[in-house]
Amino acid sequence: MIAHAMAARTAPDDLVRLHDLTLGYRRHPAVHHLSGAFRAGSLTAVVGPNGAGKSTLLKAIAGTLRPLSGRVVLTGAQRRDIAFLPQQAEIDRSFPIDVLDTVLLGHWRRVGLFGAVTRRQIEQAGEALAAVGLPGFERRPIGALSAGQFQRVLFARLLVQDARLILLDEPFTAIDARTTADLLDVVRRWHGEERTVVAVLHDIEQVRAHFPDTLLLAREAIAWDRTDDSLTAANLKRARAMAEAWDESATPCRRSTP
Amino acid sequence: MIAPDALFDAVVGPFLEFAFMRRALAACLALALGCGPVGVLLVLRRMSLMGDAMSHAVLPGAAIGFLAAGLSLWAMSLGGFLAGLAVALLAGLVSRATDLREDASFAAFYLISLAGGVLIVSLRGSNIDLMHVLFGTILAVDDAGLLMVAGISTVTLLTLALLYRPLLVECFDPGYLRAVGGPGAACHLVFLVLVVLNLVGGFQALGTLMAVGLMMLPAATARFWAERIWSLALVAMAIAFASGVGGLLLSFHLNLPSGPSIILVAGTAYLLSVGLGPVGSLRARWFPGRHLEA
Repeated sequence: MIAHAMAARTAPDDLVRLHDLTLGYRRHPAVHHLSGAFRAGSLTAVVGPNGAGKSTLLKAIAGTLRPLSGRVVLTGAQRRDIAFLPQQAEIDRSFPIDVLDTVLLGHWRRVGLFGAVTRRQIEQAGEALAAVGLPGFERRPIGALSAGQFQRVLFARLLVQDARLILLDEPFTAIDARTTADLLDVVRRWHGEERTVVAVLHDIEQVRAHFPDTLLLAREAIAWDRTDDSLTAANLKRARAMAEAWDESATPCRRSTP
Repeated sequence: MIAPDALFDAVVGPFLEFAFMRRALAACLALALGCGPVGVLLVLRRMSLMGDAMSHAVLPGAAIGFLAAGLSLWAMSLGGFLAGLAVALLAGLVSRATDLREDASFAAFYLISLAGGVLIVSLRGSNIDLMHVLFGTILAVDDAGLLMVAGISTVTLLTLALLYRPLLVECFDPGYLRAVGGPGAACHLVFLVLVVLNLVGGFQALGTLMAVGLMMLPAATARFWAERIWSLALVAMAIAFASGVGGLLLSFHLNLPSGPSIILVAGTAYLLSVGLGPVGSLRARWFPGRHLEA
């Protein structure tokens, strides 16, 4: 069934294709033989239990984790077109830097190591801050922000990055309802601009309400389809049944690679 | 009350009168300019103890240089630089290629290096030689030494100016720099080279063990006075230079060894700042003033 769904999905407007992708740590698979594609302009939620390999998948698409086997193929994009918001960003929030400088980092691809930031780019950063609900916060040190405000700043940086493919890893965890609603508006805006967005999420109701496509992942793809077809009661039950613990004595996988 | 004349004689007199004090003063200024910003970056990168490890790592190279060429500044400095660089590179390689974290691999390599250095010095040299290498002699800095220290601080400041942006981003959000394809690893490496260079620059003056003191103490002190990176660096430079002047005067008037005097003055500045500095100090914690309206 899965294979059939995957075959139907390989289309010329794919942006990212996964070919029999296995990802993991110390040879233990966290994502096992996953194939499929994210269409250009799609807005996909990745849902599944803890340990299902959701974050691992995003890292592999972003290119920061090397697959154990299989491939991630960027068909319509290059690595430079990807913006990635990791789950626990290794950001030092006590670092003496202000909000504007943080958002301006979004221009890195255009400004580089030595280039000057133009007046227009500073205006864009200001507009991005206004769009995420933080107008006038330019000169605040980031250490003075709440967790929700800081997540808004990171979204402003994503806005400035102007990327075609945006990967969000649990962007609304530990964020209040109002901030979540505002940031979902930003995600909707990206979708309207035909950017491709892939977001790891936990709130099933939120996914049903805002995300047209869903990949239900439990190490292997349980379903990857329109959200209503993916998130059936039967599929969710199968996903929950996935054994999270890894088996220390597991033998090498013998599944043939097509 | 001390008469202005007496104060002038005590503070300025020694530098006017003695060439070796003027040289030492110039060496302190050069060291302060280089070590200040490097120390601030080490503190921001949570690598404060890495400086200490590197200063130990420099020892065997300096010792080999000493055995090969006697008390030759260039031989000892080159040896120290190579040893420090080798430890930095090996530790960096091991932490990137294996699961071991960088602090642990640094500790492993600097301990190997330190033990090797002590062994070399004790096999061939006398204890007095060891004291020279360990504690330095800023009052005996010659022209060549002065040129080297000044050259190192010039190179340091120019390199930091060039790599300012990627270095800071690599401190602040290394994951982002990697994601946008910035040269994070290369910057880290260049920065480690700067740390080693500045420690080598400091060791003739202060010795391998205390060179790191002039790097870390002013940088840690600056955190209690400033909140932006450029101001942190300026404060650290100023404190390092002031500690140098104060330490030299103490050592001159009270006939104390110069290296420890300089570091202890810097240490005093640190302790005072922990208590009284305007940013995040004990005073700011305990007596924050009335809260604001918004």
